[in-house]
Amino acid sequence: MKRLGLIAIIIFGGLLFSITFELPDLGDASSPASTHVSPYYIEHTLEDTSVPNVVTAILADYRGYDTLFETAVIFSAGLACFFLLRIPERKAPKARFYRHLTTGLTLRIEKGGRIPEESKEFERIDSAWVPNDVIINMTCRLVVPFVQLFALYVIAHGHHSPGGGFQGGVIFGAAIILFAISNNLRSTTRRLSEKSSALLGSGGVIIYLGTGLLCILLGAGFLNYSGLSVFPGLDPVSARSYGILIVEIGVGIAVTAVMVWIYYNLASAGTQEEGL
Amino acid sequence: MGGMTEHLPAIIVAVPLLAALIVTVVWWFNDRLCFPLSVAAGLVVCGASANLFQKVLTQGVIEYRLGGWPPPVGIVFRVDHLNGLILVVVTLVAFLNLVASRRSAEKEFRDKVGAFYALFLLFITGLFGILITGDAFNLFVLLEIASLTGYALIGIGSGRASLSGLNYLLMGTIGASLYLFGVGILYVLTGSLNMVDIAGILPNLWPSSAIVLAFLLCMGGLFVKMALFPLHAWLPNAYTHAPSVVSSLVAPLTTKVMIYAMMRVALTVFTFDFAFNQIAVRGPILWLAILAIVGGSLMALSQRRLKKMLAYIVVAEVGYMVGGFWLGNKAGMSGAVLHIINDAVMTLCVFLAAAAITIRTGDDRLSSLRGMFKRMPLTMAVMVLGGLSLIGVPPTCGFFSKWYLISGGIEAGHLGFVMALIISSLVNVVLFFRCFEIGYFEPFMRGGEPHSAPVEPGYGAPTVQEAPVEMLFALLTTALLLLLLGLFSGQIVTRVIHQALPAVLG
Amino acid sequence: METIGTLIIAKYNYWAVVVLIAIGLYAMIAKKNLVKKIIGMNIFQTAIILFYVSIGAKRGATLPIIEHGHGESTHMVHAADYINPLPHVLMLTAIVVSVATLGVALALAMRIYFHYGTLEEDEIQKKIIGDEPDKIDSSG
Repeated sequence: MKRLGLIAIIIFGGLLFSITFELPDLGDASSPASTHVSPYYIEHTLEDTSVPNVVTAILADYRGYDTLFETAVIFSAGLACFFLLRIPERKAPKARFYRHLTTGLTLRIEKGGRIPEESKEFERIDSAWVPNDVIINMTCRLVVPFVQLFALYVIAHGHHSPGGGFQGGVIFGAAIILFAISNNLRSTTRRLSEKSSALLGSGGVIIYLGTGLLCILLGAGFLNYSGLSVFPGLDPVSARSYGILIVEIGVGIAVTAVMVWIYYNLASAGTQEEGL
Repeated sequence: MGGMTEHLPAIIVAVPLLAALIVTVVWWFNDRLCFPLSVAAGLVVCGASANLFQKVLTQGVIEYRLGGWPPPVGIVFRVDHLNGLILVVVTLVAFLNLVASRRSAEKEFRDKVGAFYALFLLFITGLFGILITGDAFNLFVLLEIASLTGYALIGIGSGRASLSGLNYLLMGTIGASLYLFGVGILYVLTGSLNMVDIAGILPNLWPSSAIVLAFLLCMGGLFVKMALFPLHAWLPNAYTHAPSVVSSLVAPLTTKVMIYAMMRVALTVFTFDFAFNQIAVRGPILWLAILAIVGGSLMALSQRRLKKMLAYIVVAEVGYMVGGFWLGNKAGMSGAVLHIINDAVMTLCVFLAAAAITIRTGDDRLSSLRGMFKRMPLTMAVMVLGGLSLIGVPPTCGFFSKWYLISGGIEAGHLGFVMALIISSLVNVVLFFRCFEIGYFEPFMRGGEPHSAPVEPGYGAPTVQEAPVEMLFALLTTALLLLLLGLFSGQIVTRVIHQALPAVLG
Repeated sequence: METIGTLIIAKYNYWAVVVLIAIGLYAMIAKKNLVKKIIGMNIFQTAIILFYVSIGAKRGATLPIIEHGHGESTHMVHAADYINPLPHVLMLTAIVVSVATLGVALALAMRIYFHYGTLEEDEIQKKIIGDEPDKIDSSG
């Protein structure tokens, strides 16, 4: 099997190798790929959409339909991980652990024992809980807000510099995951619960799709943002620019939320109780 | 709302996607609403596709520009007679399946019903998108939506399902990546991603081995996705171990939509002349199809599980359609297209019946069919009809497409293909009459055979009776469809399919 | 020698892609560990992403953000000054797809681990045959 596979792959690789001589050279500015459709984008983006970043303009406008489904793919992945892994808590766990915040004592509460879930003096912890490393904790505390701010910048500035919804969304999601790694899953889900990450995930895609559908209702085609120019103060070109911004924000929200959602399910094997 | 009809193609993909998102949101608050919402979306899509098809019949090819951009710059939908017809059938099959899934989805995915329906809707969104898109790269994106949700739906089953799901994922990703690579080479050579635009540029570059390789990569990728014979290994296990509701969704639709995608890529992107005259792939692919038909049928014979037997029949049926298409004549291609829609309905029919039996008996071995004609007469009647159609007995639709395929084979002088079709029909006779025999003559036995492990947990002590109402509705409608498609097959072929075949065929 | 040198400079991107595709496919076929297979799959996908991105390159061109002044956008834009943006857009989509596939693959692998207690394919195969002695078929 191993050897057979190796032979097959060598033949396949040889085939691919042999056609590389027919493909244009690296960096060839006169190749069909660079001369057929792509000059249109470069030369007309500014007048069509008033967005200087051509990648953003193609992504969210010229080929916005691809991107809508790209966002839907991410959402499907989040949903799929949830569907495959999530084990809903039906029974109360055997024992719960609480830490008294002021003294640092750990309490083990057997099933049926009474301590309010929400208490200011006690914090629920995992069975394998270890006191957080001060250096890691402090560093993350310092880093996370700046990472989040940078993510927002990347989303908002996608029109003029490299960036956009996906990039910013991933950075924002990474900031939350960094917090989860440096602290623990429980304290992260307390701040951004699974329910809200699921709702935000679908909400983000709904913003994108809703913009597209709104354009139909306003008389333009699906995802044709120039239809938004009925709003005061917009002409068709700047309407496209704003349309791109709106869908990029939707993408950013969806990607952030789904990244976190996937992390929750993968890191805790679906229990969302005892995880990283 | 008169102006809305021009946006029908967009509505067909936007509505199920929106419904999937709303179902995900609503489910956190009230899980009872998921099913009605999904059904409403299914109804809207069915209506929209029927409307769209009617529009295509009167107006010809419809092109819909997304974002208002003209073709090579933006993405377009292209709906012609062929995909209009297939879209109608696919939406209908998906809708019937949705209706039928209610009871067992609630049982099987108790805490995740919302996620199930959302994935279901995303899956069919992907399929609809594949059918109508006119952009080679966009096809890849939608392919991945349909596949990704398919992996999850299959992997959720118990026991070996996750392993089968992962194998499907690995194979499916290879297939999709090969297709993407093929599109990449086409893009390097032509600079375009729009199917019609590429087809206009390619003839100038024809004597090029890079194009041949791009063609082989695209076809190879789609062959993996449709499970053509030597690449079929993922299919039987995936369909067998998946939950019953899922296999009756995935089995009728995935392979057929992939076969349509193959036709689309071969005819619209590479053009008929290239695919059939310029390169000599026709012969080898035909032999692969013959191997698929014979191999699938023979392996179906040795199965002891109902679903696995049906899954191998699907492998054989893929061979029918691929072979019919690559015969390259009018009768063969008409037969292949007709068989896509017939087979979608036939497969739905038998898989739904199998799902109903599995739900009631908690077992999907052939022995579980014992006494079923008495216990579940309607379900079994529908199954008989589906079986007859798969065999190819006249009043049912299966006969007509097989007739076209065989006459196409004779016309092309390809006796091997004709023989394979006849052998497979005979094997189907054996397969289904064995089922009917077990169901009719052998008495019902509870615990007659030691149940090693219940195949699908959650169905405790079985009270074996007729299938749930929703399922029965879907089953009977499917049976009716089988007869109607048979009745109107002549009209479908002359008025629809012949309109869309390449002009070279006359 | 010079011609070989120019050939290498002109085509090395494609050759790297071919090598990466071969590595990825080999890992998927030959490795017994499911996570290694998944990693092979990811390498394979990445190779194709590299292929697309390298198509976008243009000698002497800069990144595709049009230089512009405020208010005035009338000056001519030359396509030759900016690299081809389209492959980058396409690959943004393909990257997202591959991340999504990776997530679902890992979720499936975790389910497999919970069920069989191992991720080695041959050990899983043994357990399957042990479960159902009357059915011996290799593909999972």
